[in-house]
Amino acid sequence: MAGAGGGGGVGGGPAPMGGSDLQWCFSQVKGAIDEDVAEADIISTVEFNYSGDLLATGDKGGRVVIFQKEQENKSRPHSRGEYNVYSTFQSHEPEFDYLKSLEIEEKINKIRWLPQQNAAHFLLSTNDKTIKLWKISERDKRAEGYNLKDEDGRLRDPFRITALRVPILKPMDLMVEASPRRIFANAHTYHINSISVNSDHETYLSADDLRVNLWHLEITDRSFNIVDIKPVNMEELTEVITAAEFHPHQCNVFVYSSSKGTIRLCDMRSSALCDRHSKFFEEPEDPSSRSFFSEIISSISDVKFSHSGRYMMTRDYLSVKVWDLNMETRPVETYQVHEYLRSKLCSLYENDCIFDKFECCWNGSDGALMTGSYNNFFRMFDRSTRRDVTLEASRESSKPRAILKPRKVCTGGKRRKDEISVDSLDFNKKILHTAWHPLQNIIAVAATNNLYIFQDKVN
Amino acid sequence: METDDREGNRMWEEDSSPKHLLDTMFARGIKRKCFDGEEDIEGTLAGFKSVPSYNLQRQSLLDMSLVKLQLCHMLVEPNLCRSVLIANTVRQIQEEMTQDGTWQVINAQNTGQASLDRLVSSDILCRSTKEQGEGKLVPSYSSFSKDFEDIQSQDIISDLSTVASVQAPRNPQSNVWEMENPQENRGNFQKSLDQIFETLENKNPNSVEDLFSDVDNSYYDLDTVLTGMMSNTKMGHCDVLESFSSQTTTNSNSNCKSDINELDHIVEILVES
Repeated sequence: MAGAGGGGGVGGGPAPMGGSDLQWCFSQVKGAIDEDVAEADIISTVEFNYSGDLLATGDKGGRVVIFQKEQENKSRPHSRGEYNVYSTFQSHEPEFDYLKSLEIEEKINKIRWLPQQNAAHFLLSTNDKTIKLWKISERDKRAEGYNLKDEDGRLRDPFRITALRVPILKPMDLMVEASPRRIFANAHTYHINSISVNSDHETYLSADDLRVNLWHLEITDRSFNIVDIKPVNMEELTEVITAAEFHPHQCNVFVYSSSKGTIRLCDMRSSALCDRHSKFFEEPEDPSSRSFFSEIISSISDVKFSHSGRYMMTRDYLSVKVWDLNMETRPVETYQVHEYLRSKLCSLYENDCIFDKFECCWNGSDGALMTGSYNNFFRMFDRSTRRDVTLEASRESSKPRAILKPRKVCTGGKRRKDEISVDSLDFNKKILHTAWHPLQNIIAVAATNNLYIFQDKVN
Repeated sequence: METDDREGNRMWEEDSSPKHLLDTMFARGIKRKCFDGEEDIEGTLAGFKSVPSYNLQRQSLLDMSLVKLQLCHMLVEPNLCRSVLIANTVRQIQEEMTQDGTWQVINAQNTGQASLDRLVSSDILCRSTKEQGEGKLVPSYSSFSKDFEDIQSQDIISDLSTVASVQAPRNPQSNVWEMENPQENRGNFQKSLDQIFETLENKNPNSVEDLFSDVDNSYYDLDTVLTGMMSNTKMGHCDVLESFSSQTTTNSNSNCKSDINELDHIVEILVES
């Protein structure tokens, strides 16, 4: 739970976010300013690593860009350190499935970091069909004085070698290399929507619309199917898997959410195929608000365990819900993200916005939640004070250390000066992907092709 | 997944627009509501009043949903989650309309072609829809009911110039509505059927028939289905999976030679593409 007091530092305690306790400032924005957005540049996933020093983004063009946080220095006391490009590489390429005569998009659906075990960094990135394990390593030394080849790499004539020498290491400009170490392919018939690294650091799961597979990080030619909800007769299909995640501490537990608004918690110790859940989370429907769109808006687009492992959060179209893993009957907390859209569901259905998959995230202390909305708005909720705030990621408020002003949507009647009416919202500007630094109050917000980084005001 | 076929990004401010009224209607979650005391239970259009009847609005939602199911993503596989959610919405509406009695029964003349309504692939509908500008569309599921993994190599592209992606139309007999109301359909689908047949006639039937006349279980393929339609072949009930994996030779005529011809044709097409 969030406590009162100053912002958390590295490894620090609770980091409050709401209301008057905390203000968010613009820090950086990455990406082109151009109004004309290239489709390939649209950011499709954002993820901090375990320490928060690295921030990875994936885009529709199949590229991964990793930013690294620079050291905080005393000459810039107001900044927690900027993120600069560390590595860029092409993770996935477009493919063509000749059997079905369909393209396989190179869009990166998810990136998940592995916990760091040595000097190199590892991450998993996935598109619709293939997961890849990437190693990102630094090289800042170069060996010189080889025996068998010249400095320019040409092989020396063995007969000319009359003496042996030991090559010495010389410093060179830092080079960051990304190399694919494993490719996990051909295990998913349907589109992969989630990957999640297990707390054992040896296995991970990947989930598509109908199945969840378990992999060992070292083994690419085999995966275990642990959930299969595909009906024998496809015409009977009424529900799909929308997200899945491993428990942060219990390596045998994972959850998966569905398009019907349910979450199933499974224990891999109970059986090899976890079609039968251990726990089933579903909130009973409110009969007074039932409509033809009820099911669609109940579809869960994201599920995230809290860092503590005690709670999980789900995002459906209009709300964010916090569930206590010990209580299956209903969530313990519900936060409305943009309730004013409830009266617009038919229009949102027509323009397909109702199918947008928003993600959500916890802050490091599990005291706050964040999720995106339209018009480049994103929302933050403080669990203890129950205060919430709407902020905007825009170029207008992009002056260094400018404090973000809370925004408000006017739902009807008299519109106040700074408010924006529902009908003026830009539904093309959607914030689907956000990430919160695991330890500090730094957030990354993806607005189409731009990545905004905000920090709390450091006094 | 960010979809591509979004039509607009701004909400209208016209209060009297049908969409706005639909929004208001559905927002309240009230399933039935009488307007002006003249609600038309049969569902026929009794004229457009300033506040459209619930039935009209529901009909509009049904039509919208059917269009969405049939919009084809020619290059990329459509989003299964979205398709399932839309299909569930259609099912909901249909169930309610069935209870209402507003789901019309087509006359006997059209009965023979009732099953044909559902054979139309989304691809054909896309083209005919585009050609016609707009249209009442036949209810049929498009891609999500295909079982890709089992279609394997026999997913045949017969004519790439007109069918850019393989879209397996649903088995008509196992259409979800089939289960509840086998012979029911809406009269105005006949119009769209005519459009479709027109388009079909322009295709070269010979090559199609050569390819598929001996392969009975590829009914899921557009051209086979259409061939079947023309020759009034009764389509099997069976699950695509099962028919595929246990490929019993229902035609004694199927022989290696036709397979080879088939293969040549496929290779030809692939090479051309």
